[in-house]
Amino acid sequence: MSEHAIDRSKMKVSDEVAIQISGMNKWYGTFHVLRDINMTVQRGERIVICGPSGSGKSTLIRCINRLEEHQQGQIVVDGTELTNDLKNIDKVRSEVGMVFQHFNLFPHLTILENCTLAPIWVRKVPKKEAEETAMHFLRKVKIPEQANKYPGQLSGGQQQRVAIARSLCMKPRIMLFDEPTSALDPEMIKEVLDTMIQLAEEGMTMLCVTHEMGFAQAVANRVIFMDQGQIVEQNEPKEFFNNPKSDRTKLFLSQILGH
Amino acid sequence: MDKHFARTEMLPPLAPPVTERGVVKWLRENLFSGPFNTILTLVALVVIYKLVSAALPWWLNSVWTAESLSQCREIVAATAGEGASGACWAMIRERWHQFIFGFYPPDLWWRPVLAFGLLIAALGPVLYSGQKRSLTILLGIVAAYLVVTLSLTGAPTGAFVAAAVVVVALFAAVQVAPGRMLLFTAIYPALCFWLLWGGSIWTPVVAMLGFVVMGVVYMALVGRFGPTASAIAGVVAAVLWWLFLDIPITQALADMIGGGLRSVESDEFGGFLLAITIGVTAISFSLPIGILLALGRQSDMLIVKTLCVGFIEFIRGVPLITLLFTASLLLQYFLPPGTNFDIILRVIILVTLFAAAYLAEVIRGGLAALPRGQYEAADALGLDYWRAQRLIILPQALKISIPAIVSTFIGLFKDTTLVAFVGLMDPLKGVTQIVRADINWKGIYWEPYIFVGAIFFVICFGMSRYSMYLERKLKTDHR
Ligand SMILES: Nc1ncnc2c1ncn2[C@@H]1O[C@H](COP(=O)(O)OP(=O)(O)OP(=O)(O)O)[C@@H](O)[C@H]1O
Ligand SMILES: [Mg+2]
Repeated sequence: MSEHAIDRSKMKVSDEVAIQISGMNKWYGTFHVLRDINMTVQRGERIVICGPSGSGKSTLIRCINRLEEHQQGQIVVDGTELTNDLKNIDKVRSEVGMVFQHFNLFPHLTILENCTLAPIWVRKVPKKEAEETAMHFLRKVKIPEQANKYPGQLSGGQQQRVAIARSLCMKPRIMLFDEPTSALDPEMIKEVLDTMIQLAEEGMTMLCVTHEMGFAQAVANRVIFMDQGQIVEQNEPKEFFNNPKSDRTKLFLSQILGH
Repeated sequence: MDKHFARTEMLPPLAPPVTERGVVKWLRENLFSGPFNTILTLVALVVIYKLVSAALPWWLNSVWTAESLSQCREIVAATAGEGASGACWAMIRERWHQFIFGFYPPDLWWRPVLAFGLLIAALGPVLYSGQKRSLTILLGIVAAYLVVTLSLTGAPTGAFVAAAVVVVALFAAVQVAPGRMLLFTAIYPALCFWLLWGGSIWTPVVAMLGFVVMGVVYMALVGRFGPTASAIAGVVAAVLWWLFLDIPITQALADMIGGGLRSVESDEFGGFLLAITIGVTAISFSLPIGILLALGRQSDMLIVKTLCVGFIEFIRGVPLITLLFTASLLLQYFLPPGTNFDIILRVIILVTLFAAAYLAEVIRGGLAALPRGQYEAADALGLDYWRAQRLIILPQALKISIPAIVSTFIGLFKDTTLVAFVGLMDPLKGVTQIVRADINWKGIYWEPYIFVGAIFFVICFGMSRYSMYLERKLKTDHR
């Protein structure tokens, strides 16, 4: 993991509720993909979600910003309930940033334009100010010199860091990560994880779907294990890894940790 | 062999052997790379020789000044010997104006000429958005063109002054705020129609007010009902304006304050004036309509989707000529009874809708080629549907579809010659027939077709090159 010791001083969990999911169910056609999900995320929490492929991890975090629609139960983000009301959806989406496995940068825009687009058109920030903010975050993810290039000219790790910067430019209060490092080569994984650690150190509320167990141990305050659309086990990382309670978890951990 | 080896002297680069060099290499690789290719090359050479030797005398013996076809033939016989063939371009020299203007009154030729110059200026900001240098050069060309053609067509002083004012204003706009040039592009259609057809100055103004009505209705409703519903309401309001209010208001204003240009009837239009009027209007209106149809076809709203699919499939299933023949009948269903639609306008509307249906399918292909992640990223950033379409989806989808879109445009432009079948004087059939009906030029065959074909080729080739330029300019994926 990262060379420098992780600074946990600002990683404080407050009592304020950031996300509240209760009795949530989702179906794809007749396939019951998420079953009775209940979870509360407090502001400042860093949650890692793991589980076997097809267990519904992506679907769960995509429900939080309504990329997927749930059919039963309640999802409340920052006090706004997600319903069919488009205004609520837009409000939640502008508060919640998302980073995808395949970056999903806009290939026809430069890095800088990728970062300023949403602030200018959604937040109505003046162009100049949006560019300054964008440069600030690009410096933070350590690629300010690439600002005028196009996404296709960057390496995978750089693209993913741009994607993180692009989300941050909207000044989100919650960040969702869906396997941000699984499309990357090993040496690029580190640079992206470092960026995420830095975010955690600044107190961002984060939900990460990832199989980087080192990251989970170092940064997360809670690990959630999912299987077959259900939350099977959740615990703080040390307990989760050293002393798993359920057999499903034990099996999964033995598979990914390779013992 | 010695196990140890260390080079003491670096080898200098040598020239490749003769067979790998220059002409020899090129010939060997491209023309004679095997027995089959060698045979093909030889056959091709024979065919080219036959073609050229058959056609060359005809071109070389061209006659440029004569009063009739028979006179042409006499001149050819006198210079090249009895039985020789020769082209008779004298006909073009005498009748060029019919190919260009049809029966448009000669003393008013300056009007289409001016409209064409301004068309190029209006296209500038669309074709070369924001490029100061290209736009300045383009305006320079327009200015030179206008000076020459307006003098040649004997335009009144007023026309010179108006043209000068417009060009200078645009020139200033380019230097200060190139985006502003689009304002001129927006009012150009009305200006153009007024220049071409003449009539009261109020006709274009009141017609443009329809768009203002559209905008006002949209703005008034958008806060409460969202963009889609307000846009539909705006369009409905504008259509109502054009159908019921436009003519009486124009009348009233014209009675109060007169002024305008002499009217020219639609049946006086012809030749390339007609083809370009129909082609350019249909091209510029079919693209936005095609985009909306493509988006409608992908929509989640069942009614919108069904209407779009039905429209696209109907139009694509019926030949354009059928549509042209039934134009008056079809449009009569949708319009208040008693409206008598101008034939050119009727044709423009149908050609536009026809091209729009094809464009919709082309653009749908582009939309389908975009990865789902692009939509998701736009959604996740909080962009609403229209912004996501305009800023993220369409720029990429249109870019992918450029070659196919331009092919559709080229097809559309060539299809304008089909208006001959509803009695309009297109350059290919209409004008050629009139020329050949003249006793002096009876029997002339190749020359008018070659002339018209050459002009079509130049225009279509230009469009094709422009599309290649655009593709190169917009290439940002670097893959
Ligand atoms: N759009 C869809 N339509 C139908 N079924 C879907 C759809 N998207 C996902 N699924 C199914 O839902 C289940 C959960 O998918 P999801 O992508 O959430 O899994 P995941 O836990 O993220 O897996 P992975 O680790 O492979 O990304 C899978 O069985 C998948 O096949
Ligand atoms: Mg997944």
